[in-house]
Amino acid sequence: MLRDRQLCLWGVIALVHYATTPGFAEESARFNRDIRPLLSDHCYACHGPDANQREADLRLDTEQGLASVTKAGDLDESLLFHHVTSTVEDEQMPPADFGKPLSEEQISKLARWIQAGAQWQGHWSFQPISQEPLPSVKPPTPVSGLFVRNDIDVFTLREMILNHQSPSRAADRRTLIRRLSFDLTGLPPSSERVKAFEEDARADAYERLVDELLESPHYGERMAMWWLDLVRYADTVGYHGDQNVSVSPYRDYVIESFNSNKRFDQFTIEQLAGDLLPEPTQEQLIASGYNRLGMMSAEGGVQPKEYLAKYIAERVRNLGGTWLGATLGCCECHDHKYDPFTMEDFYSFEAFFADIEERGLYAGANQTGNWGPKIEVPTHEQTGKMEALNQAILETEQLLRTSTPQLETAQRAWEAQLPLWQTLTAVEQVSLAGASLEPKEDGSIFVQGKNPTTDTYRLTYDQIPSGMTAIRIDVIPDPALPAQGSGRAGNGNFVLTELILRKFDAQGREVGRLQLQNPTATYEQTGAADANPYKKWSIASAIDGDVKGQDWGWAVMEKSTEPQAAIIELVQDLTLAEGESVNVELVQNHGQHTIGRFRISATAANRPLQANQFPSDLAALLAIPRDQRNETDRAKISEHYRNIAPELAPVRESLADLNQQRKALQESIVTTLVTRTVEPRMVRVLPRGNWMDESGNPVSPSFPQFLNVSYTPATSRMSRLDLAQWVVHSENPLTSRVVTNRLWKLLFGRGLSPRLDDLGAQGALPSHPELLDFLALQLIDSGWDVRAMIKMMVMSGTYRQSSLVESEQLAKDPENHWLTRQARYRLDAEMIRDNALAISGLLVRDVGGTSVKPYQPAGYWAYLNFPTRQWKSGQGDDLYRRGLYVHWQRQYLHPSLLAFDAPSREECTADRSRSNTPLQSLVLLNDPTFVEAARVFAQRVLTNGDGDDAERLQWAFEQALHRHPTAEEAEILLSLLRRQLEGYKANQNAAQELASVGDYPSAADLNPAEFAAWISVCRALLNLHETITRN
Amino acid sequence: MALVSLLSSEGAGGVRWNQGDAQTPSQGVISPTHFPPKAKRVIWLYMAGGMSHLDTFDHKPKLEEMNGQPMPESVTAGQQIAQLQGQKLNCFAPQHPFKKWGESGQSLSTIWPELATHCADEMCVVRSMFTEAINHDPAHTFMNTGNMVTGRPAMGSWLLYGLGSETQNLPGFVVMVSTGKFGQKQPIAARQWHSGFLPSRFQGVEFRSQGDPVLYVKNPKGVDHVRQREIVDAINAMNQLQQDATSDPEIATRIAQYEMAFRMQSSVPELMDVKDEPQHILDMYGTQGGDGTFGSNCLLARRLAERGTRFIQLYHRDWDHHGSIKSHVAGTAAEVDRGVSALIQDLKQRDMLDDTIIVFGSEFGRTPMAQGSGRDHHLAGFTMWMAGGGFKGGMSYGATDDLGYHAAVDRVSVHDLHATLLHQLGIDHARFSVKFQGLDSRLTGVEPARVVTELLS
Repeated sequence: MLRDRQLCLWGVIALVHYATTPGFAEESARFNRDIRPLLSDHCYACHGPDANQREADLRLDTEQGLASVTKAGDLDESLLFHHVTSTVEDEQMPPADFGKPLSEEQISKLARWIQAGAQWQGHWSFQPISQEPLPSVKPPTPVSGLFVRNDIDVFTLREMILNHQSPSRAADRRTLIRRLSFDLTGLPPSSERVKAFEEDARADAYERLVDELLESPHYGERMAMWWLDLVRYADTVGYHGDQNVSVSPYRDYVIESFNSNKRFDQFTIEQLAGDLLPEPTQEQLIASGYNRLGMMSAEGGVQPKEYLAKYIAERVRNLGGTWLGATLGCCECHDHKYDPFTMEDFYSFEAFFADIEERGLYAGANQTGNWGPKIEVPTHEQTGKMEALNQAILETEQLLRTSTPQLETAQRAWEAQLPLWQTLTAVEQVSLAGASLEPKEDGSIFVQGKNPTTDTYRLTYDQIPSGMTAIRIDVIPDPALPAQGSGRAGNGNFVLTELILRKFDAQGREVGRLQLQNPTATYEQTGAADANPYKKWSIASAIDGDVKGQDWGWAVMEKSTEPQAAIIELVQDLTLAEGESVNVELVQNHGQHTIGRFRISATAANRPLQANQFPSDLAALLAIPRDQRNETDRAKISEHYRNIAPELAPVRESLADLNQQRKALQESIVTTLVTRTVEPRMVRVLPRGNWMDESGNPVSPSFPQFLNVSYTPATSRMSRLDLAQWVVHSENPLTSRVVTNRLWKLLFGRGLSPRLDDLGAQGALPSHPELLDFLALQLIDSGWDVRAMIKMMVMSGTYRQSSLVESEQLAKDPENHWLTRQARYRLDAEMIRDNALAISGLLVRDVGGTSVKPYQPAGYWAYLNFPTRQWKSGQGDDLYRRGLYVHWQRQYLHPSLLAFDAPSREECTADRSRSNTPLQSLVLLNDPTFVEAARVFAQRVLTNGDGDDAERLQWAFEQALHRHPTAEEAEILLSLLRRQLEGYKANQNAAQELASVGDYPSAADLNPAEFAAWISVCRALLNLHETITRN
Repeated sequence: MALVSLLSSEGAGGVRWNQGDAQTPSQGVISPTHFPPKAKRVIWLYMAGGMSHLDTFDHKPKLEEMNGQPMPESVTAGQQIAQLQGQKLNCFAPQHPFKKWGESGQSLSTIWPELATHCADEMCVVRSMFTEAINHDPAHTFMNTGNMVTGRPAMGSWLLYGLGSETQNLPGFVVMVSTGKFGQKQPIAARQWHSGFLPSRFQGVEFRSQGDPVLYVKNPKGVDHVRQREIVDAINAMNQLQQDATSDPEIATRIAQYEMAFRMQSSVPELMDVKDEPQHILDMYGTQGGDGTFGSNCLLARRLAERGTRFIQLYHRDWDHHGSIKSHVAGTAAEVDRGVSALIQDLKQRDMLDDTIIVFGSEFGRTPMAQGSGRDHHLAGFTMWMAGGGFKGGMSYGATDDLGYHAAVDRVSVHDLHATLLHQLGIDHARFSVKFQGLDSRLTGVEPARVVTELLS
């Protein structure tokens, strides 16, 4: 503390020194900073862009116009200066009746600018980043060791002096560690770490802390929160049904990139064009998922061309938003109104993305989850497991393939007891409805020609096995049938509604209908069976005499492309005497569902006879006597036998188990969208952005010329790789400024140029343009070392200032334009959650992984559709992960994140708003996540905090705020404790209810009323403005 | 309420803190108003999706005559067209008959039996509206914020900022959404009630028909009203100490928001619970309450209006009739008809119609040309109507051309509409601006806008 006060004192001395140093305050005026705003305010109304209001045909908003009234270094020859200093009524500018005279100071600025060369500057952010010398006057020691900690402070202090401001004293250590922890990791410090820092007497204690935090794995998480807003990372597709899409490996990539301090240029290249790098690594492919993070649609009725136009245009907007700080969106329909970007530039940017494989309409993706190119991203562990499983499966299969003498003996015994099926050959086959039944060589019958609504196939046989016990109907899929099924319905299905067998005597008179029993089939259709009295399309309904309706029968829809068979026993053995015959009638009364190919066979084997003993093709093979079978036939039969051999049952079980394991493992492997390059499609300028208008010129990839980047592509048609390299080219005036400005915002609450999304003409001039350029150049020269840049910023004296401000100063500089203090602002949405969980001790600090689902109000997703969804909260650790891992539903973002201004990430978000609303209070007061955090916090207070209530409170207070409560504060909270205790003593049920909020186990041995009262105190602590404020 | 006032006079631990004027209306920046206001509040019945003016409020016999014939090129040349671009443009007759209603003989389609029977003489119909955007999202944004570019405040936010709130127990700007059965369920983005560059406390709050009416408005399990109050008191007392120590203006806002949040915890459920409404009122609106229908929301709108909410916006998300417009426009009208008619009558019988402006309309109209069996988006001419709040009842103003394409006579822009509404609320739109990006930003934009005095009584 003493040191801080000293610093303040020295600061004052330094200021005096600065202000009195000759040449410092008299610094030359700069056009963009000093002159352009002045001319704009006082002159442009009559001498500006508006041709209708222009006087004397003079423009002061163009280089040429201004040159016509100024002469470098010569005030007397500068007409402009003559007029602004004239007292002659006709000459005086601005005219007296304009009512906006120039002040002495403004005139003096003009004079200095003319004397220094009257140099014109184009829009600041489009100019090359200038090599900024440090302000010429270096502060003398010992001041340089106090406020001025590094070069940043030399810039800020100079501006303060020039503007009659002074810096604040440095913040105390508990503020600094809290600030640094939130800024660099998004998490509060532990109270132990705060204590250690406060007691650390080493000269470099602060720097050690900074290094420690920058090395923390949570640094990458904190930076990812920032980056994911820019690149519009979300877990759903955004349009229409807003279905889930798996991209979490991309989030892990971002976290890891920051944690490994990947060069920012490399980081950029991998995202825009990782797939185009030579032999891309899995990491680079995951990074290329950046191009696939935009919204997508599976809405039927979408016109693919329109949506392809939407997707590609959004990529250009995101490129502009993420890297260039340019609002390119308006150029989709017209040239930029304020910046030199043209429509042609916009579509030329689009052309870079024209090679990305994608579909305008992801038809069916709401069911299949197929959102285009993706890769599997197994963990190290999963890869190992998969290899082991594959090996085990291979070995087990090998066992099943290997014949042994014992097996062969067993097979013979098995075959000997098999029923023998004999394919029947009909003496006559007719279709009663006029289709054509054509016998095939394999004994089957193929149906073609007329496809009647209903039909009956009648087949007449005079040769059957003697003592026939059963009939078998095989249905055989055929490539010539619809959907390559076995039926003639459009989907390859059929319905056999009734099977009738009639016996005829030698005179051709019907003797009677044969009684049937015990029908079985290899498969019975279960789909579309709601109204079916059998609840499936059962073979039983084909021998029921149609008592339950003639529409029902045997069908196989789901498996109509596989051979199927039905076996029906005769109640009595059948033998035909000479001349006798039997008719088999296949009745098919279900509209437009007749059989396409089938075979009828019969057996005299002993009952019972089951259909699912073996496949139909095998039946044919088995009918061949053993000694006549060829090699292939034999192999097939033994293979089948090994699949049913009781001796091999344990092996088969183990194989099934292994396959099941592999399937489960496969399903647990996370996938992620990646970019896959294809032949680029043609991109045209779309007049007024109208995707249907094809009159615009085709364009190829190219860069806006006005940015003057001397980039030479290696190939004639440039690619995304060229684009990425151009973005991070050292001459690109935008990228480095944009990134630096945003990093500054992360640490100071506000950019040096406050409009983070737009460094163009509609943006805002930086408060410290030289500093911004100095740092931007530093970023490039350091090899795009983001961590070094952040370290430099937080090491500065400017960063370390206190955020406390006198109301007088607040009124003078409400926005802290001159950086004379640090900022106080509310934590970001994710951090508010993280902070509460951290304080309670619930926070699970795992890094990375798929998204999680904390508690969410029921019905919040009621308006989602295609498909409808219900939120299912996670369990265990998943409930306590950091906010950045919460499932990001674009249309219905988790309401606690939404309330604290987390964006929907439909588009690039460079600058979240920071609101203060009653809905936020409701979240902190009532969201079960925060109530549970308070409960678990209270458990810690009661189990960890020793002593009486006052001591416990002190402990709790330090956990939440890292400081001691004042006496007044302690009294407020102790009084709350007493009141609540009284209340809950009188209502133990309520106390128990409160103690049961959330899944986390309750400490059983606590006094309920006391516990509840402490939960209330902890709720109050978690709700404090100070708790959710970084200062 | 008594309990609240009692407890809020003193915080936990006996520490007093600055309560602001918790029970009195907050003042806006325009105080006093530029001229005496005719109306205090707005209930905007927003027919989202683009209601066809031609089948509802703008009768075009000529279009009927020319049904199926090509739309004359002179009408459509150079016009912005959405999905019909490059297709044959044929006239499409009004799909339902029109009749004259009320003493004023207001011409309305027969698909509004309730409204037409009971309210024709209250309606001030503007048939010459036009807008600037042809797709839903930007057109909504334009209608709500006066600008197609996102990031500007919605009208409700402007009003809260300018006039303040008359309730400290409920949000001053409330949004409710109902969904019908007929159109495409066009999404409504929350940015339609965002406060843009104004502070976020002026943002609209959505009331839901399912679950908690406002998310997290219920106390946690085991916490009753008194316990919750004690906690909020302690939080505010602690925050007040912080404010004294830091002069951070955000803390004062935070304190106010906790007060507001706490009051909402009782006032919102009380508002949503319509069991104190007599049966004949429920019947009039055609709802038992709490069912999320447009009629139910109309009843809640009246209850909000009674309690001082400044700007109430009810979206009915069902009017995007690209196909089957004949049945769909009738179906959607039937979902809305009884509720809006009941609302007007109910306000009238409570003497509230005079100082409440009802606004009824869509983000744009629909084409006089067929798109299959429906109509496409249309920006060149459409209808909106007002009732109450000093608007002349039983009149109509302006006209589209014979085919209902262009607003042709006495054209009224969206900015003119905004200017006129502001005027009735006592605000001179030209003097109501906020500095944003170096410009004086107005709800009514930079081009001159006109108060359509002809509409006003």
